[in-house]
Amino acid sequence: MSGGWKRIALVVTFTALLVTIFGGSRYDASASGETRDADTLSIMGFGTPDEIATVRVDRAKRAIAPAELQLIRGGFDQQQFLSSVAAGRPPDLIYMDRQLIGTFANRGAIVPLTTCIRSQKINMKQYRATAVKEVTFKGRVYGIPEFYTSRVVYINNTALASAKVKTSDVDGSNWNRLRRASVKLMRGSGSNLSRIGFDPKLPEFFPLWAKANGHEILSRDGRRARLNHPKAIEALTFAYSLIRQHGGWGGFKSFRDTHDFFGARNAFARNQLGASPLESWYLNVLAKNSPQVNITLVPFKNRKGQPINWATGNTWAIPKGADNQREACAWMKAMTRWEAWVAAARARVTTLKRNNEPFTGLYTGNKIADQRVLNRLYEKSGKKGFDNGVKTLVRVQKYSFTMPASPAGAEFQTAWRDAVNRVLSGQQSPAAALRQAQREAQAALNRATG
Amino acid sequence: VTAASATHAPGPRARARRWAAGFGKRETWAAYAFLTPWILGFLFFTSGPMVASFVLSLTSYDILTPPEYVGLENYRTLLEDPKVRKSLENTLIFTVMLVPATMAVALAMAMILLRVGRAAGFFRTVFYLPQMTPPVAVGILFLLLFNGSTGLLNRALEAIGIPGPFWTTDPHWVKPGLVLMSVWSVGGTMVIYLAALKNVPRQLYEAAAMDGASAWRRFRDVTLPMISGALFFTFIVLTIAGLQSFTEAYTAFFGNQATQAYSSDAALFYVIYLFQQAFQFLHMGYASAMAWLLFLVIMVITLIQVKVSSRFVFYYGRR
Repeated sequence: MSGGWKRIALVVTFTALLVTIFGGSRYDASASGETRDADTLSIMGFGTPDEIATVRVDRAKRAIAPAELQLIRGGFDQQQFLSSVAAGRPPDLIYMDRQLIGTFANRGAIVPLTTCIRSQKINMKQYRATAVKEVTFKGRVYGIPEFYTSRVVYINNTALASAKVKTSDVDGSNWNRLRRASVKLMRGSGSNLSRIGFDPKLPEFFPLWAKANGHEILSRDGRRARLNHPKAIEALTFAYSLIRQHGGWGGFKSFRDTHDFFGARNAFARNQLGASPLESWYLNVLAKNSPQVNITLVPFKNRKGQPINWATGNTWAIPKGADNQREACAWMKAMTRWEAWVAAARARVTTLKRNNEPFTGLYTGNKIADQRVLNRLYEKSGKKGFDNGVKTLVRVQKYSFTMPASPAGAEFQTAWRDAVNRVLSGQQSPAAALRQAQREAQAALNRATG
Repeated sequence: VTAASATHAPGPRARARRWAAGFGKRETWAAYAFLTPWILGFLFFTSGPMVASFVLSLTSYDILTPPEYVGLENYRTLLEDPKVRKSLENTLIFTVMLVPATMAVALAMAMILLRVGRAAGFFRTVFYLPQMTPPVAVGILFLLLFNGSTGLLNRALEAIGIPGPFWTTDPHWVKPGLVLMSVWSVGGTMVIYLAALKNVPRQLYEAAAMDGASAWRRFRDVTLPMISGALFFTFIVLTIAGLQSFTEAYTAFFGNQATQAYSSDAALFYVIYLFQQAFQFLHMGYASAMAWLLFLVIMVITLIQVKVSSRFVFYYGRR
């Protein structure tokens, strides 16, 4: 090759490289699955796993017509969502945990729904007051609640009978009795554990234990952490002692990890668990996978013997900069109105009847819907544990409390959860761990509130 | 075998003159033309973001609102943050265990491969295969294989009468467990050692054997010095990788809501904490300051390694 050709080849190669580098950097939205136009309602964090979703989606689609629906694949991804808001290309609607509302509202990532509620004439009184409180930040509503998750004590009757333990011993009202009952229910210890006596569900249910001890870990305005309060320390010390009885966190957690939580061979079916506070939706899991289990559901009680219920759930919210806010608003209304819930419940009842499985109710943020589902569609299954379970889940709703919307909800949650984990793994005492958590949480709250 | 080759290095001025003189040749221009994509990539995708990250480290920035200048506040917070100390401590302990373990296992495997003979190709592939396992899968496998009650490892230990620890929940055993899991993927390091071992001249072993050197003496006085260049290279690279460890521990302990709920401080590596600050809490300024602290730590450790290790490294044939 002559010198001239060499130079030409060099220049061509060089130019091609530059074109490759800079030409390829143009953003192609369609390639990343972010294709959007004015006639499409894009939703992040929502899927259609069952008839409760699909039936309502079909109805809501009619409410937003002629706009089309685009469900962004996968669960709600905080990072992806905030990046899209920052880039000015958010989805039209998000579906997420209600506990995140305060954080996003404080950052201006979601919009207040004042106009939406007024223009679509959404009756906010149909929703449960505690759920609405969870999505209210600085006096303004930022979300429309969907499901309503309660927490009650699930009891394995077989284990209780064999250990001669009474139901009232494990409802949380008397901590000494609970401690003794847990020891009686337990089988084995440490690495040989074969049945957990009473699982306090730490770290997740720490706020419930603090509440049972008469204390809320976050102030009502969501701005002051109250983690190092003696009552919070006492609650954590007690709940942790229930795990220590089993030979420590290592064996306890390793054993619990082996449980087939969502399967037919779950801890109740295999007699591997005496009792534990669990979420309301687990009754549905048990009904579907192991309807033969012998269980009782009782309200979790505080130390004064009164029922308490930590309620959480998901919410719809509209991101700042969403293109189709009118459709988003219509969608939220259509998905959460009682007619939609009842239609969805009817479809579920039909499916369950076909499979000879018990219907365990539907627990939503819409109290009218729940009432109508119970009155019109619910029939006793004849399985005592499940029928009484439904009664308990309905009853505890009036004893609900929620965590207030906080401007640093995510950081606050991380702070107390990490503290409990440090206690569980033996790295810190409850007092030291909660002192550190208090510092971390309050610093985050101070930063968030400026 | 002794190895000492004194070289007289030119001064900085002479080196600069020699570098500038190179531009008189067409080959130098051609070389730079071929290097251009890398140089541009470095400028736009490495040094550019580095500068941006330094600027951001002096701000409070949450992506959604414009950055606000806070001076050295983020660096001051770093010094007071107990989780920064904890995560740095975790990372250093993990690296100190990981690097020698990886080097020892990789070297042992490379030496076995050297002696396998005809089946070498097959075993080379088998030993290298775990390297192909995605780190995310390794993280999930960790939870399954190292479960204190039902994990395969503890069952094997139990079979020989040793009660296994709770690898995934006991804070004292979390890091050793992760090291064991990481050592599983030593294929890359092993291949480097294998290549280095194949380059050791046979006559050196023959001469040592004739002098009556035992197998251990031959390994210590011939093999190790002759592959010291490869050992030094992997030492540096593995240390940097150890200090930047993320994926396996993140997947096992922080990857989803379920694992995050039980995440142990013992597995909180520095880069994981940095990631949490940046993408979970949107403290971009603070995370940038954390990134610069890590850069500094890695740079200091690498410089110390280079200074100390260079005395032990021997390059055969260098003058």
